[in-house]
Amino acid sequence: MKRLLICGLFFAVAACGGKTEGGDAAAGAPAGDASAAPTTALGGGSVTGHVKFDGAAPTNPTIDMAGEAVCQGKYTSAPLDPVIMVANGMLGNVVVYVKSGLPAGQTYAVPNDAVEIDQQGCLYHPRALAIMVGQKLIIKNNDAVLHNIKAVPTKNRPFNISQPTAGMTTTRTFTTAEDDVPVECNVHGWMHSNIMVLPHPFFAVSAADGSFSIKGLPAGTYEIEARHTKLGSKLMTVTVAGDAAATADFAFSASGA
Amino acid sequence: MISCARGGDTRRVFGALGAAVALGALASSLGAQATRGKAVYDKWCAECHGNTGAGDGSAAEYMLPRPRDFTKGVYQIRTTASGELPTDADLLHVVTEGMPGSAMPDWKTRLNETERADVVAYIKGMSSFFSGAAPTAIAAGKAPAMSAEAVAQGRVAFEKLECFKCHGQQGRGDGASAPTLKDDDGHPIKAANLAEHWKFNGGATIEQIYTRLRTGLDGTPMPSFSDAMESKVVTDEQLWQLAQYVRSLSPEKDPEVREVVRAALAKGALPVGPSDSAWSQADRFWIPLVGQIVVKPRWFAPSIDGVWVQALHDGKQLSMRVSWDDPSRSPDAPWNEWLGRIRKTVTAIDSIPIDSAQGPDRLTIQFPTRITDDAERPYFLGGDARHPVYAWRWRSTPDELQEGRLTGLGKFKAAGAAEVAHVAVFDQGQWRLQLTRALVPRDTSTVPAFSLGTPIPIAFFAADGSNGEDDLRGAVGAWYAIYLDVPTPPRVYIAPAATMLLTAGLGVLVVARAQRRERNSRRATKEES
Repeated sequence: MKRLLICGLFFAVAACGGKTEGGDAAAGAPAGDASAAPTTALGGGSVTGHVKFDGAAPTNPTIDMAGEAVCQGKYTSAPLDPVIMVANGMLGNVVVYVKSGLPAGQTYAVPNDAVEIDQQGCLYHPRALAIMVGQKLIIKNNDAVLHNIKAVPTKNRPFNISQPTAGMTTTRTFTTAEDDVPVECNVHGWMHSNIMVLPHPFFAVSAADGSFSIKGLPAGTYEIEARHTKLGSKLMTVTVAGDAAATADFAFSASGA
Repeated sequence: MISCARGGDTRRVFGALGAAVALGALASSLGAQATRGKAVYDKWCAECHGNTGAGDGSAAEYMLPRPRDFTKGVYQIRTTASGELPTDADLLHVVTEGMPGSAMPDWKTRLNETERADVVAYIKGMSSFFSGAAPTAIAAGKAPAMSAEAVAQGRVAFEKLECFKCHGQQGRGDGASAPTLKDDDGHPIKAANLAEHWKFNGGATIEQIYTRLRTGLDGTPMPSFSDAMESKVVTDEQLWQLAQYVRSLSPEKDPEVREVVRAALAKGALPVGPSDSAWSQADRFWIPLVGQIVVKPRWFAPSIDGVWVQALHDGKQLSMRVSWDDPSRSPDAPWNEWLGRIRKTVTAIDSIPIDSAQGPDRLTIQFPTRITDDAERPYFLGGDARHPVYAWRWRSTPDELQEGRLTGLGKFKAAGAAEVAHVAVFDQGQWRLQLTRALVPRDTSTVPAFSLGTPIPIAFFAADGSNGEDDLRGAVGAWYAIYLDVPTPPRVYIAPAATMLLTAGLGVLVVARAQRRERNSRRATKEES
């Protein structure tokens, strides 16, 4: 047991040595060390589909924003915590990504487009995000109040930044893949978002109408996972033939089954 | 970097040579310094921080904030940017100086410099994050000179950056978000009380406060303002001014604990209430309080860490003002969230559950039942059945003061006529309670009289209802004394003056005589030659 542990420790140390090289997740860090290695070209295939929600949409909890007039003023009725976003039977904020099936040892170029998280009306938009290691995360404050953005990862380094004014933006990157990086604001304890950090660019987040599209996939058979912060996950195996678009439709329900 | 091939070699060696070599291998993988550090750690640190450094030692559950979990590699007190590792110097600093306001003591007296450096090397090995490049400190200049103008500008920054959201308008940790704050592990964490600099976790020099603003305190809700500075939302100069303002909220020096609270003779009438400006002229005495950990249920997470006591008398009445910082006027609905976390974190120690409803805030002041010069002091926790204490028991909701006897903490029995007048004011995270009583009570048979010139033993107990505190769970202090100044009779001024004149006169005489003798003897010598 001890031997295993020690060997495991060596592995961990070895693995981390490479990954934490750009250890400061601070802005300005090179967009992923992966750029140094030759990257695999993207394919022309895609996986598209919809995420449905079966059954009556659960009622989201209301948020008491009375203490923050600037934000409360942005709503005409009591603001809801968008835990489960259902519209016309479709579920938003679901991260859909390639869980397995990519050839081993391949590295992919970091997307040039940044992923954005916006603080608007004292809520995070979106409430669930996916991002690639090294890809830029742009954090925006659209509220004329103080927000702090605290990321609490375990494999990546954390950060906790204050954005005291509207219009302020901050950029961060993650250095290691991690399933769930919770993001929170401590000034407004109800603000939560979750970021999934992936080692490849094959992911999407379902829109309000439940639609998603994972692009650039090479031909192959993939295990696709759809993950929702509160409702759990669904798996599906999909084969992408050449440049064709494969379809994957998921369905969640309140029971999580 | 050690690879797993080498791990394989190690495995073979394990099989062949057994445990002695295993230890040797451990030593070589740790390095000599960390191996020495392990010995120090196991002896001094493990009880709180745990054998593996996960912050789960046997004493950990009695602490709030909890001891650091070294396996996560997340540290509050750093000179590096948000989310970065601390430098070796940062870690050494915390080991050396401790963390004021927490259970972490300073180790500079118990461990020598080598031992401290060794233990730092060892705890770094507990997180794989330290295997990367060494972190670098942020560039911080030197603190500009403190000035009233800088402090005023600092207040502007305090408002602009909305520091009050957590720390409160007067910095007493009573901001609107304060009851919701939690650390990375979900434990309740207080917004620092900026009026108590001696409890600042990372130290209270202007440079240290500025550094906390730039770096944030990782693992806590306190963010870094470096990005705001780079985005020109706030300037470097403003952050320095803010640090100066924050420092100005506390007294200049650490409060000196004195055994005796002096009640001066009031120049005019006694103050009419706790907000009377006369109190600003009276000396303040700091009486530290600590968690009540003697009587069950014991309490290791007290909200109140001391009271400021001021006292005046007019020869007929004694008036005291007791002020203490408490972030909530209990019960207060927003603090239900805080209480919920307290109940979850400070798990039913001694198996007596904490009430889910907030109680009132409380202050109990005790005196011996008889006050004489050689007064034997009853047990400091409310006396006992044979030696009760005379007590004033105040509660915030409803605002009420009862007088009576305690025969042990929580064992109160109201008795006697109402002798004490009180006025309580809650203002921005602070209670100020004025208590006034005639020196000679109406009922002298059961209530002790206060005399001028005789120290009156006095002890305090304070509780914050929003923090799950009650008659036993709270903060207690030892016996102190209150001393009512005796008005100075005129002869006190005349006697020293007379003595001085007499001494001066005698001095002149002595010198004159000595000079005369000298002259005479010189003359005699001349005549001889």
